Amino acid sequence: MFRRLLLVCALALLPVGFAQAQTLQDLLQSHADEVQKPGRRSVGVLIDDLVASELPQAVTFLEAWRDREIVRRDADGLFFRGQGKDPVALIDLDTGEDVGSVGKSEVSQSRPNGGVRKLIGEALVQFQLLDPDLTKRSEAVDAIARSMDASQLAPLQGSIDAEPDAALKARKERLAGMLTAQFGATTQDRVLAIEKISTDLSVDVRAVLNRLLTTQSNVAAELPANANIAKVFEVGADLSAADAYGQLVDAELAPPLVGADAIREALVANIEDGAVGGVQVHALNNDAARAQAYAALAGQGLVPPLVTQADQQASLAAHQFFEVYEEPDTAVTDAALAALEAIETRVGVSQAVDLGLDALSLASIYFLAAIGLAITFGVMGVINMAHGEFIMMGAYTGYVVQLFVPDYTLSILIALPLAFAVTFGAGVTMERLVIRHLYHRPLETLLATFGISIALQQLAKNIFGTQARPLTSPAWLDGALVFNDVIAISYIRIAIFVMALVFLGLILFVLKRTRLGLEVRAVTQNPGMAASMGINPDRINMLTFGLGSGIAGIAGVAIGLYAKVTSEMGADYIVQSFMTVVVGGVGNVWGTLAGAGLIGGLQKGIEWLNPSNTLAAQTYMILFIILFIQFRPKGIVALKGRAAAD
Amino acid sequence: MQRSFIAQNPSVLWFLLALSLFTLGVTILSEAFGSGLISTSFVKTLGKTLCLCLIAVAMDVVWGYCGILSLGHFAFFGLGGYAVGMWLMYARTEALIIESLASQPIPPTPQEISDAIGNQIFGVVGSSEFPLIWAFADSLFLQLLMVVLVPGLLALVFGWLAFRSRVTGVYLSILTQAMTLALSLYLFQNDSGLRGNNGLSGLQNIPGFEQTGQATLSIVFFWASAFALGVGYLFFAWVVSGKMGSVIKGIRDNEARVRFLGYHVESYKLFVFTITAVVSAIAGALYYPQAGIINPGEIAPIASIYLAVWVAIGGRGRLYGAVIGAAFVSLLSSWFTGGGAPDIPLGFYTIQWTDWWLVLLGLSFVAVTLFFPKGIGGLFDYVFRKPS
Amino acid sequence: MSTLLEVSGVSVTFDGFRAINNLSVQFAEAELRAIIGPNGAGKTTFMDIVTGKTKPDEGRVIWGEKNLSLLGMSESEIALQGIGRKFQKPTVFEDQTVRQNLAMALKNPRSPLAVLLHKKTKSNAERIEAIAEQIGLTDSLTRIAGELSHGQKQWLEIGMLLAQDPRLLLVDEPAAGMTVEEREKTTDILREAAKTRAVVVVEHDMEFVRRLDCKVTVLHEGSVLAEGSLEHVTSNQRVIDVYLGRSHA
Repeated sequence: MFRRLLLVCALALLPVGFAQAQTLQDLLQSHADEVQKPGRRSVGVLIDDLVASELPQAVTFLEAWRDREIVRRDADGLFFRGQGKDPVALIDLDTGEDVGSVGKSEVSQSRPNGGVRKLIGEALVQFQLLDPDLTKRSEAVDAIARSMDASQLAPLQGSIDAEPDAALKARKERLAGMLTAQFGATTQDRVLAIEKISTDLSVDVRAVLNRLLTTQSNVAAELPANANIAKVFEVGADLSAADAYGQLVDAELAPPLVGADAIREALVANIEDGAVGGVQVHALNNDAARAQAYAALAGQGLVPPLVTQADQQASLAAHQFFEVYEEPDTAVTDAALAALEAIETRVGVSQAVDLGLDALSLASIYFLAAIGLAITFGVMGVINMAHGEFIMMGAYTGYVVQLFVPDYTLSILIALPLAFAVTFGAGVTMERLVIRHLYHRPLETLLATFGISIALQQLAKNIFGTQARPLTSPAWLDGALVFNDVIAISYIRIAIFVMALVFLGLILFVLKRTRLGLEVRAVTQNPGMAASMGINPDRINMLTFGLGSGIAGIAGVAIGLYAKVTSEMGADYIVQSFMTVVVGGVGNVWGTLAGAGLIGGLQKGIEWLNPSNTLAAQTYMILFIILFIQFRPKGIVALKGRAAAD
Repeated sequence: MQRSFIAQNPSVLWFLLALSLFTLGVTILSEAFGSGLISTSFVKTLGKTLCLCLIAVAMDVVWGYCGILSLGHFAFFGLGGYAVGMWLMYARTEALIIESLASQPIPPTPQEISDAIGNQIFGVVGSSEFPLIWAFADSLFLQLLMVVLVPGLLALVFGWLAFRSRVTGVYLSILTQAMTLALSLYLFQNDSGLRGNNGLSGLQNIPGFEQTGQATLSIVFFWASAFALGVGYLFFAWVVSGKMGSVIKGIRDNEARVRFLGYHVESYKLFVFTITAVVSAIAGALYYPQAGIINPGEIAPIASIYLAVWVAIGGRGRLYGAVIGAAFVSLLSSWFTGGGAPDIPLGFYTIQWTDWWLVLLGLSFVAVTLFFPKGIGGLFDYVFRKPS
Repeated sequence: MSTLLEVSGVSVTFDGFRAINNLSVQFAEAELRAIIGPNGAGKTTFMDIVTGKTKPDEGRVIWGEKNLSLLGMSESEIALQGIGRKFQKPTVFEDQTVRQNLAMALKNPRSPLAVLLHKKTKSNAERIEAIAEQIGLTDSLTRIAGELSHGQKQWLEIGMLLAQDPRLLLVDEPAAGMTVEEREKTTDILREAAKTRAVVVVEHDMEFVRRLDCKVTVLHEGSVLAEGSLEHVTSNQRVIDVYLGRSHA
């Protein structure tokens, strides 16, 4: 109350100071010992008086004090602000005038310790909340948010109305709400505040509510009558007997159990003439014999007796196990519980949305990685095991471009078409030299392209080394698009998503609206007929393969931007890409899209169910795919008709 | 019947003869029983190579004869290794633990022994509990049964699912690859119960034979590997030479025709897939005690693909081709990667084979696929079968 | 004569295209029948349905005296019921000898275990000799099937069907690519076979059908257009329209 009063006054004081009844020096002199040798416990009186004095120079004093610049002149015991080590320039605390210098030995410095300086800092916060400088006010709010103390509630609330900055005002109100929830004067205030902050999803609000709901495990013979009990445990159902007994032991309500190790040590300590408690040592190789020997020792009073199962049961039955809220007010804990529940429901919904966004971005990566493969597989029936290495080539192209072009935006813009060109060339070369000779022998194509994949991977290792190379995204792709405290998606993932959309559109356009696409579809459906219509299937195959490989190169740049570029990065994506193609259905862009969506969603979904273990998530996903193939052997989007049956 | 089978397939006899001579030769030159010209570690390498030859023969049957390009047989190989490795590791640790607990003032209880073993084995993955899958680890007989049963059942279930949904060709290859990947990822987990990426180690120490030197053990395992290869070769040669061979080759060449002849193609594929998986597992169970360590990396899909590479280079559709391919490529590979091959200085650049061997292997593999689809084994046709 | 195979009201659609449209046709035991029709009339699809390769959208396919439904059976089960099929392209196992080809087709237990433990017997050898005799490949028994001429491969495939000892033989364009002499011999083989079983020949070479001298079913757009002797159907105005209309288009 006292401080609230002060604040009202301080507010009134801001424009012009009233005539002061006393000087700062007088005030300090009346607490001279406290100023000279401040102690954590006692300094509060001085600070309170300072604040109550309404002196504007108190702020400067507090700042100087905090910075250990206050000195006392030994000659007359007056306090000054001292600057410089030796000589020390003295400045009058009330007028701010320079009053000359003295030698270091003529003054004694006041050295407030850490605890005191913290208190000084808190006092300063109250002044800073009203500081004309926005940065200072903002810092003060930050400081309160960090410590959250009951004493800050009043000054904070007092500063809200006068706050000119709308954003800071909102923050102050929010913080005041959180403080009221914890330290409000009446139950009603607190419950209202709790209800008000329950619309917020942020971590600090949840932390406040959780703090209100802090509980302590407790055990007693009877439930206490006046405690705010959170939960009463039923031993066996929601509290294991072992844990419950452990609590009893901790509370010194029951004797500790004698464990197997303790028994063994006791027996070892009491070996006499090759026997313990009448049992021969060599016979002590089972628990029954050891128990017998121990019982004998206990009978002689050498060791504490064993706690039997029955003893344990009796102790457990004689006690109640429960949790008590540290907050005594039931109305507050009930409100907090309800608020937390409401928040968690909405957090859950937000998390689901966030998961969906994650899945979407993973799906776009899989789509980019797999679409090239789907095209070559669908059109030519060729499975390209080196596809992953084309992805890697694209990523390394980006890396090399960045070595020469330091501007990241420009370098990515150059890298994208260049990666396409490089892998297009590699794809066409491979088609001409190898694949063309292996048509209609799909398994051998698989093996030959696998040979190329081994060679390319090792080649990359020889050229670029084994360590990961950076492919840095432009600065404007840093950061994330934040919807609320739970839903956020990094710009780089948005960029990849957009890229996937662009490529989906481009590929659909090429296949459906261009001459090349028409010819590709003709060759896919009936190569013989297409050839007789003057389409050169050789050329189409070459271009298709080039196109598929080129897209892999671009996917490589995209993947390299958010994952590391290594010689093995292609291998990391190849199986997922195959899965995408197989699940989606061969030879269909929409199928690949569906496959990528399913696999991306599935992987994220499983990770969500079992967040600790990505390896397990991948294992289960593959098992799911194997089962999926059982029901849709031709993928989600299956071609029908005689063409598919053959 | 047996006589006529051998008589019709003289190559089997030649193979067994060559294998026996090889075994005899290595024994005479070994440290344990002969001049010591071949070091113990090289005896182990040769023994391991024989195991690789055995799995290559199995791969040849499933791929070269039945047309199923399985990229999963090395997973069965690894499972066999794990199954036998569990017993080796358990029994060995048990012996050590009992020895160390014996010095304590009072004898240990069974529970204490078991806890200590668990702690010793699973300490690296932060656990001391025995997972359920180790239930039989204390029995050599049961664990050897697992060598056959676990991969066999896995192959049976996987094959049944895959074949009944008529997944063929490259689809099937990818599916088997996915299975292998799933298995290796699973084993990489710390809570898989098989020590995560640490794998099982110390397998070269055979419990009960602590006093026997590695020189002797290595030659005994070499004999066992040679024997297994001989028996496996004979068995598969018998399988593929008869009517069974006709049917499975028919499935490879024209599955629909075989089906319309009234054969239940899926059963045949399942039979071949499972039996070769079991033989692969046996090969693995012999391989890993010689290697001394097994970890999930061994099961990675790439290993199964290398297996296909060996068979392709050696020559598909002929069992001796698979043996030649596996022996040739794996020995050559360890020669190159082990630094045995001399570097080639080009003035501006020195070709170091440890770096360039894989490039060479990859490209030569492409070359073999393109120009010598019959592999090294195809050369025998030129030598022995003059065109009539 | 009792009915061996009855196909009734069968329809099948591929992507909106009706390949078979309410087709009903019957075959008796020991009958030789030719099915003719222009391209796309549904001849091959009809065979696919009977042999279990394609599942029809509706209709029934009833087999034998026990009136079994063939729908829902797998290809190999249907084959074991006694239906043999020869493909348009000769499909023999080119890597294996003629004898091995025939041995594989010979009617014997088909389970993997039985096949694995199979032993060569004298009676099997005799049956192989007899079939080789029938298809004129006695001298080529030890040759690799891939080395045979096109016509010989066709005969070998027919021989393999005969070795299965089926009750119904479906033969798809057996005469395609054959010389005149080879056609004559093929006709003889088929007519001989039809004495003991039903043989259904799909063909669009009229000359060859005339030589078979049997009942003819004309398919058009997936259903039966006409049925009867060759003279009867060729005098049918609609058949003439379908064939001539096409050839003049």
